[in-house]
Amino acid sequence: MTDTRTIRIEALRFNPETDSAPRLQRYDVPFTPDMSVLQGLQYIKDHLDGSLTFRWSCRMAVCGSCGMMINGRPHLSCETFLRDLYPGPVRVEPLDHFPVQRDLAIDQAGFLDKLAAIKPYIVSAKDKPLSEGPSRQTPAQLDAYYQYSQCINCLLCYAACPQFGLNPDFIGPAALSLLHRYNLDSRDIGWSVRADVANAEVGVWECTVVGYCSEVCPKGVDPMHAVNENKVNSALDYLGVKRLLGGR
Amino acid sequence: MRIISADVVVIGGGGAGLRAAIAAAEADPGLAIALISKVLPMRSHTVAAEGGSAGVVRDDDSLDNHFDDTVTGGEWLCDQDVVDYFVRHCTEEMVQLERWGCPWSRKPDGSINVRFFGGMKVQRTWFAADKSGFHILHTLFQTSHKYPAITRYDEYFCADLIVEDGRVRGVVAIEIATGEMVLFHCKAAVLATGGAGRVFRQNTNAGIVTGEGMGLALRAGAVLRDMEFVQWHPTCLPGTGILMSEACRGEGAILTNKDGYRYLQDYGLGPLDPWPRAKAMELGPRDRLSQAFWHEDKKGNTIQTPHGSAVNLDLRHLGEKKILERLPLITEAARTFAGVDPVREPIPVRPAVHYTMGGIATNVMTETAISGLYAAGECASVGIHGANRLGSNSLAEIVVFGKVAGERAAQYVRSARPVSPERTARLAEASATRVLRLLGNERGERLAEIRDAMMDAMEEGVGLYRTEAGLKAACRTLADLRARYRRGIRLDDRNRAFNTEWLAAIELGSMLEVAEAMAHAALWRRESRGAHQRLDATARDDRRFLVHSIARSGGDGAPQIKSAPVTITKSRPGSRVYGGAGAKAELT
Ligand SMILES: Cc1cc2nc3c(=O)[nH]c(=O)nc-3n(C[C@H](O)[C@H](O)[C@H](O)COP(=O)(O)OP(=O)(O)OC[C@H]3O[C@@H](n4cnc5c(N)ncnc54)[C@H](O)[C@@H]3O)c2cc1C
Ligand code: SF4
Ligand code: FES
Repeated sequence: MTDTRTIRIEALRFNPETDSAPRLQRYDVPFTPDMSVLQGLQYIKDHLDGSLTFRWSCRMAVCGSCGMMINGRPHLSCETFLRDLYPGPVRVEPLDHFPVQRDLAIDQAGFLDKLAAIKPYIVSAKDKPLSEGPSRQTPAQLDAYYQYSQCINCLLCYAACPQFGLNPDFIGPAALSLLHRYNLDSRDIGWSVRADVANAEVGVWECTVVGYCSEVCPKGVDPMHAVNENKVNSALDYLGVKRLLGGR
Repeated sequence: MRIISADVVVIGGGGAGLRAAIAAAEADPGLAIALISKVLPMRSHTVAAEGGSAGVVRDDDSLDNHFDDTVTGGEWLCDQDVVDYFVRHCTEEMVQLERWGCPWSRKPDGSINVRFFGGMKVQRTWFAADKSGFHILHTLFQTSHKYPAITRYDEYFCADLIVEDGRVRGVVAIEIATGEMVLFHCKAAVLATGGAGRVFRQNTNAGIVTGEGMGLALRAGAVLRDMEFVQWHPTCLPGTGILMSEACRGEGAILTNKDGYRYLQDYGLGPLDPWPRAKAMELGPRDRLSQAFWHEDKKGNTIQTPHGSAVNLDLRHLGEKKILERLPLITEAARTFAGVDPVREPIPVRPAVHYTMGGIATNVMTETAISGLYAAGECASVGIHGANRLGSNSLAEIVVFGKVAGERAAQYVRSARPVSPERTARLAEASATRVLRLLGNERGERLAEIRDAMMDAMEEGVGLYRTEAGLKAACRTLADLRARYRRGIRLDDRNRAFNTEWLAAIELGSMLEVAEAMAHAALWRRESRGAHQRLDATARDDRRFLVHSIARSGGDGAPQIKSAPVTITKSRPGSRVYGGAGAKAELT
């Protein structure tokens, strides 16, 4: 494109091998109206400073790698456009509330453990042989959990969650949404094996209904809703009453 | 160097790798299975697949139909014994994914819904809206948590394979977070590293699709097959190459030129009516549609955009409800990345590189030329795609052959002879030293300079239409780029921890070798077949070229290209016709 302007990108830099504290580094980046923040960072990496470290892969908002704080708010950098941030400057920082691995790359290990803890797979009543063909699931049954299956694990919701900021052990929005996704699936009977995680102190009860997680989610997952439906379930569970929502 | 021992190492956490790891764990829960991936598994490129996955389910369909569509689509360069195995196993794998929780789209009665796809004569493409790859990958990744035999090594980058006496012994990897070198000592390894579309500039592929596994295998002594066959997808956003899935056309979208004319009828894909009709017009195969675009462009009938010429993909007549229900990702992507609302306007699209039909040569058991080394998924050439892959055959391939690879590797481990770990460790040290040397370069060119020159050479010389002169020029440029790469590239970043510039430099080495194999194989094949079109040899030549190409590493020099036979069982090579002519041919 002919319409090239320049914008300043201020990137947070931190290298655990050499730095004792993070610092900001400024780069002036030429951009065209179709360039994303990610493409701006790639321009820096290719032409100005090969040491700037960030994650990306699909560049089309489906893989979930490129989340970062952009001007203080969690975004996917591949679907945030420099034209909308002009005249800048644009400040890019690693996602809030996570340990920094290097520059804009955060440590995701804690999240991966939480994902494993909720047993994110179908627990079924009986093992039917594959030759019997697919199970039936009506569009309405599919709809019941479909929204929660859209999560791309981008972690923007964790960066938005003040409770996670205070307590890194909180299972948190995306993992609890996935827990809800499986509990709501008509093919699953796993509520009881996941209940411990949901009912735990660091489970649904940690959530204080701020709702910023659902606001920043790029895929419309609405984690806050998932968490709160589980509070109802969890309470009924505690009282020994049959659950009303999801879970069988 | 840290040493980790495993029975089976799976390299790659995409659909093929995850399926392989699960299959190995199910075959033998006592195995130690290491699943290595340079990105978290759910970031793998499978996540971006949109349209769906093939598997015969309808009463009006049959395995023979799927077989015929695949072999015809691949212009008889498919190994028919393998295609036969493939079509017989697709549906059970789709059912398996369903059992594991994949949210396939359903009919009102709760049964599986299937859609049309290019080059397929019956509706047999299972889909989860237009996020099929995303749902398949997340289903497999989440399900993998059920198997304690699988240990994941997320964000580990494989830099070398250790092969001794023709047997795989280990894998040298870098732990990305720390930069530490790690030797995975193993009895068997499965390569599931995906394609190589990123050697071209305009492509639909994620940034990680750099042909690493193909490079690793080539250097270790395995061979690459049919590398000249690179698929262009006809409907991608100009500039970024972001894909507007074939599902758009499966649901009824049409393609028009700058005058609003459905130009495909001029290229053997018509007549216009009746519409929609399988294997005709917009439901023709990708190679034919991409080639029609090229001719339309030459005639001056395309629309000019800042990123090259385009035609219109028009969904408007489908109506907002259907567009949002069946194609939500496409709608969102067109709005975000092209600033076009498909409900109201047509989407400008052009061909971009999409898929590598070729890859590491394997037999139907996914065995490579190296004992204990298996390959599956887009990095492999098991033999089902021939000269052109049909849409929705790849997602099926990664699970069908991922499973075979996992099972075979597990079986191989039981009979593998014990080895001396000391010798493997010595070889690994030498390989680690080579990899680390890249970090030390004080002088040389910037990485991006060589990478961009490679992409330009490929677009220019190894594009949709090829000529001898153009291919020779590309081969010369690539040889020169490899020499420049050897002289050294200078990195800004000399740190060990999370040094993505260093990793990109290693990747570039593989990309150059894979690109060279593509260019040399294309030069060798003096005919036009499927995705490989030569302006100086426009006819298909079954007498000389009904054979696979095989590329073997030439070390620092050019790869050697030879031929290998194609297995033909029941479908004799015929003419490949679509549209009205195709319907007539099928009746007779
Ligand atoms: C946009 C798009 C849409 C598509 N839509 C469809 C469709 O609708 N239907 C269909 O059938 N096909 C489709 N395809 C094709 C299909 O998605 C791919 O062929 C398939 O997903 C490849 O899967 P894979 O498991 O072989 O590789 P990938 O999913 O690419 O995974 C490769 C894995 O290898 C790892 N890896 C690579 N190199 C290294 C290394 N050096 N060290 C460690 N790990 C490494 C990566 O981290 C990754 O985990 C589409 C492709 C694209 C680009
Ligand atoms: S719930 Fe939304 S914001 Fe949170 S990880 Fe998933 S997609 Fe990202
Ligand atoms: S790069 Fe995949 S979500 Fe942005």
